[in-house]
Amino acid sequence: MIPQLLILSLLIFIMAKQMPGDPFTGLITPESDANRIEELREEAGFYDPWYVQYANWIIGVAQGDFGKSYTYKVPVADLIGERAMNTLWLSLLSVVLLYLIAIPLGVLAGRYQDTLVDKSIVLYSFVSYAIPTFVLGLIFLFLFGYQLGWFPTAGTVDIKYEESTKAYIWSKIYHMLLPAITYAVLGTTGVIQYLRSEIIDSKSMDYVRTARSKGIPIRKVYSKHIFRNSLLPIAAFFGFTITGLLGGSIFIESIFGYPGMGQLFMQSISSRDYSVITALVLLFGFLTLLGSLLSDIIMSIVDPRIRID
Amino acid sequence: MVISEELLTIRDLHTGYRIKDIYYDAVDGVSISLKKNEILAIVGESGCGKSTLATSIIGLHDHNKTRVRGGIYYKNSNLASLDEEALNNIRGEEIGMIFQDPLSALNPLMRIGEQIEESLIYHSKLSKEQRIQRVLNLLYQVGIPNPERTANQFPHQLSGGMRQRVIIAIAISCKPNIIIADEPTTALDVTIQAQILDLLSELQMETGAGIILITHDLGVVAEVADRVAVMYAGQIIEEAPVEELFSNPKHPYTRSLLNSIPQMNSENEKLQVIQGLVPSLAKLPRTGCRFSPRIPWIPESNHEAEPSLHEVSPGHFVRCTCFKYFHFESEGGSLR
Repeated sequence: MIPQLLILSLLIFIMAKQMPGDPFTGLITPESDANRIEELREEAGFYDPWYVQYANWIIGVAQGDFGKSYTYKVPVADLIGERAMNTLWLSLLSVVLLYLIAIPLGVLAGRYQDTLVDKSIVLYSFVSYAIPTFVLGLIFLFLFGYQLGWFPTAGTVDIKYEESTKAYIWSKIYHMLLPAITYAVLGTTGVIQYLRSEIIDSKSMDYVRTARSKGIPIRKVYSKHIFRNSLLPIAAFFGFTITGLLGGSIFIESIFGYPGMGQLFMQSISSRDYSVITALVLLFGFLTLLGSLLSDIIMSIVDPRIRID
Repeated sequence: MVISEELLTIRDLHTGYRIKDIYYDAVDGVSISLKKNEILAIVGESGCGKSTLATSIIGLHDHNKTRVRGGIYYKNSNLASLDEEALNNIRGEEIGMIFQDPLSALNPLMRIGEQIEESLIYHSKLSKEQRIQRVLNLLYQVGIPNPERTANQFPHQLSGGMRQRVIIAIAISCKPNIIIADEPTTALDVTIQAQILDLLSELQMETGAGIILITHDLGVVAEVADRVAVMYAGQIIEEAPVEELFSNPKHPYTRSLLNSIPQMNSENEKLQVIQGLVPSLAKLPRTGCRFSPRIPWIPESNHEAEPSLHEVSPGHFVRCTCFKYFHFESEGGSLR
């Protein structure tokens, strides 16, 4: 994992260096003294060899110092930390909703394969897969946010509440609900399809036939044999799902005006806030690696055939 | 032979698989009975319907894709007409089933003990402690040296022979009257095969259960069976006590099968084979002698138009009349 991270950091660093501008681009005004700027560049190490610059950067990163945001003028770590919490809560709610929708539907479709129930679930899963997030997001926002007024249309919390009161927390959840529902409704395809085909496969497995030959009720055959074994591939994704929580969704957060990681990433790109971009890309890469590690650990817990020595 | 009561009687059983809205019978009019304390072997090559026959008995087929007609009489009820719930009282409790491939027949995510205990939960009134004790006894009974340890292991931690023993333990857990063993030794190597067969015969002696042994291995049949039914293309073509069948085979198919077993002392180096292939389910001719395409040198007139079983000696039945005229092709035209 460490070598992968180092390679990733090197790539990010090189790409960042290729982009135009330097840390002082945003600070220069027509009144700035050109010589003074050159001095500042010298002090900041702008003319050092690239490997010295890389070493300085990576040592800082290892200590949690990503530098300062060019646009916000605050340490990148603080900026990300604040957004990460927002995203984490939103993603957590989204994922919980997603599994609440997808698992029962996947099980139903697999169990009643080729019936009308199955066909409508499969139809839903493909239609939802084909709808772009921003289209449904805008429709929901317009319909439930503006027309019906059931949900707030932006922000994370109503400003009238005091922090850490019950009403405050409710207000937070209330603000997250519409984006979370949008995400969950559109994100179910993978889980439904996987679960459905796993259940269909499992049904014809020899061990299921053994279980049936024992004369145990069919619902027990499903709950103890088919369902459990069919969840394995879902569990294999679960590590990525957990770490993916921090990544946030660019579309969802931008449309619903929710200040999270996705929105921050989007803004930092359009305002060329390099230190934030590099930090975020490195963070996303780290999370992906962590996700695969987590998945391995989860698999070794749920599947007795896999043991990590 | 001691005349003993019939445990299970199958009458004119047809089990068909659906292919595009048409049902094709893989088991086509099978009638046979199993007596108490008996090991009945059903022999035939792949695709002859012997496994379908086995699974038909306890109704393990997908109802949407198969159709079972006929009578499977057990204790005054016809298993073919029972619903799932009634069948669940028969499965495991009255009829135990042993499957072919021990590598895949156990749930990989469940401990051995749990898998054996499962049928006890539904078919016995034992308490949790009694069930655990029973599981350990069963494991001991099927010859597993360290039951406590094995009960806590997962299937992948056991060898093939051990897993087959576990499956046998599951099958006998509720002391069933009938055990159906569908190719129980096919996936095992020869020394383990012998052990498993010994175990089956032992259990049969101890429990007095009737065993239906499905196999394509005539060596297995000779070793353990009391009576043999030979199946070809969904029908029983010969049925006889085991000594009778091996010493006096009648049907051309049985004779060809026995002839195709390689002999250690044979000087003939060429392996004897039966020409042709088993017809596929959809293309199977439903009239006339089904074996006739594979013995084309026997004239059509020697076959019956609608072959039926003829009793050639007490307890020995042969289908069609072609057996009277049959000779191997290599023997030329000389009638035997």
